[in-house]
Amino acid sequence: MLDEGYVTADGRQIGGVMMDMRGITLRFGGVEAIKNISFDIREGEIRAIIGPNGAGKSSMLNVISGFYNPQEGEVWFHGKRRPPMKPFQVARQGIARTFQNIALFEGMTVLDNVMTGRLTQMKSGMLAQAIWKGKAEREETANREIVEKIIDFLEIQAIRKTPVGRLPYGLKKRVELARALAAEPKLLLLDEPMAGMNVEEKEDMSRFILDVNDEFGTTIALIEHDMGVVMDLSDRVVVMDYGRKIGDGTPDEVRNNQEVIDAYLGVAHD
Amino acid sequence: MSADFLYGIEVIINGLMAGVLYALVALGFVLIFKASGIFNYAQGVMALFAALTLVGVMEGQVPFSHVINAVFGTEIHHFGWEVPALLAIFVTLLVMILFAWLVQQLVFRHLVGQEPIILFMATIGLAYFLEGVGDLMWGSEIKTLALGLPQGGSLVVEDWTAGLGGDDFYGFFIDKLDMVATLVAIVLVAGLIGFAQYTKQGRAMRAVADDHQAALSVGISLNFIWVLVWSLAGLVALVAGVMWGAKSGVQFSLSLIALKALPVLMLGGFTSIPGAIVGGLIIGVGEKLFEYMIGPMVGGATENWFAYVLALLFLVFRPQGLFGEKIIERV
Repeated sequence: MLDEGYVTADGRQIGGVMMDMRGITLRFGGVEAIKNISFDIREGEIRAIIGPNGAGKSSMLNVISGFYNPQEGEVWFHGKRRPPMKPFQVARQGIARTFQNIALFEGMTVLDNVMTGRLTQMKSGMLAQAIWKGKAEREETANREIVEKIIDFLEIQAIRKTPVGRLPYGLKKRVELARALAAEPKLLLLDEPMAGMNVEEKEDMSRFILDVNDEFGTTIALIEHDMGVVMDLSDRVVVMDYGRKIGDGTPDEVRNNQEVIDAYLGVAHD
Repeated sequence: MSADFLYGIEVIINGLMAGVLYALVALGFVLIFKASGIFNYAQGVMALFAALTLVGVMEGQVPFSHVINAVFGTEIHHFGWEVPALLAIFVTLLVMILFAWLVQQLVFRHLVGQEPIILFMATIGLAYFLEGVGDLMWGSEIKTLALGLPQGGSLVVEDWTAGLGGDDFYGFFIDKLDMVATLVAIVLVAGLIGFAQYTKQGRAMRAVADDHQAALSVGISLNFIWVLVWSLAGLVALVAGVMWGAKSGVQFSLSLIALKALPVLMLGGFTSIPGAIVGGLIIGVGEKLFEYMIGPMVGGATENWFAYVLALLFLVFRPQGLFGEKIIERV
């Protein structure tokens, strides 16, 4: 790729384009949730998608993760056009995600939940698994080690064996992040990772997101409502309103964009 | 020890052994229900079909021979070979896996996200269809399943226990086939639990049972898991069909064992594997003990209805079953 990326304000080198959304339009019946939107996500950056309620942010994340297939437009991943895919196929390409309304396996323990994140990385066949010998066993052990590292990293050691259903909201969010990380994703999609959290929990989560990006070099795209958090975390921001893109750039550029200010504060119609 | 007490114990042992088989059939329902929310009415017919296929393969019967003969005017019935039991079981298992795959590809793939009642209706259709296919493939006459399993009461157990209760007690009567069936069922149930708990596919299976969206997001193919659970249900049906078929011949009434599993499910809850096991044991022991103690007072034959009355009581007082998830409606 010709274009080599850019250097962020805090001196991190951002790479070439990883995910390129071109002219995406998504309709539900007669309603256009996303109207002809294009933007890209670059290797190593933290990209935020913001906008008022109902702007189509979650729909956009669902298009990236394959839960929705857009009627028009193209999704390019690592320089190749991606054909319409099922969500599990997208996950196997190295794109992990969390959900706005937490989707965890409530009946399973934290450890088991995070282990499911490793499924895309486990190669041994069904027969080997069933017979439980050699390769399958070594693989399980290797995967356990990685999972334990992630559990340490997110500071949830104390609840490893607790069924997820019993955990408070904030911890569930963290477990969901752990499960997504366990897949060692190239691209991590976070749908409102801080929704419903108090200030302290938000600070923790912000720190984890920055650490993930820093230590594992994971590219992150996130949706968030809290403007302060978004401006602190992200390298570049896409702003959506009523399914359209109304702004795209660094936090400072976006903050001073008149259309964005109007969308957030409302504007007098005369 | 008094003879009456010992006979009571014998009844309990026989009840436990019957219960393990009930649990096995119920497990077939639970596997599919947990992973896909489908109540599989065809489970009993699957057991019949598996047993029919096993007999057919063992005897070297030509499948669809009636149809072939009618269309082409030929007179073929048998290949002229006999297949050893173990190989035949393996072939039958492959047929059940193929069946699972076809069911998923042709029927339930197209019904994803439909109302539970529609899925249920689909399985009713499937049951009658499969029953017809079974007849067409292997003929509708009653067959005997000659697997060489031991039959009759165990003399060893009888001799061994005869001395326990004085002159009035002649030892426990335990059917040898029941003992084998119990053993096989225990191994299978333990195997299934092990598979669900400790393997990658088992973990994926539990994940799908818990949350479809989340399962998709970690790269699990729902389609694959559904074929897998239908295959496992096919395996369970095969074992249940073999055990029941060896006891009373392979014929249509075999498919009615599914009805025995219903009260077990009411007791244990539709979503719980331990529930299916405990429920099966309670029904097995309960109906045998009831027949032994209360039966003579009401003219016997209580085994036909006891399980259903017990299930009704459970429906009234604990509708989610012993282990099922409690349903709390948010208001």
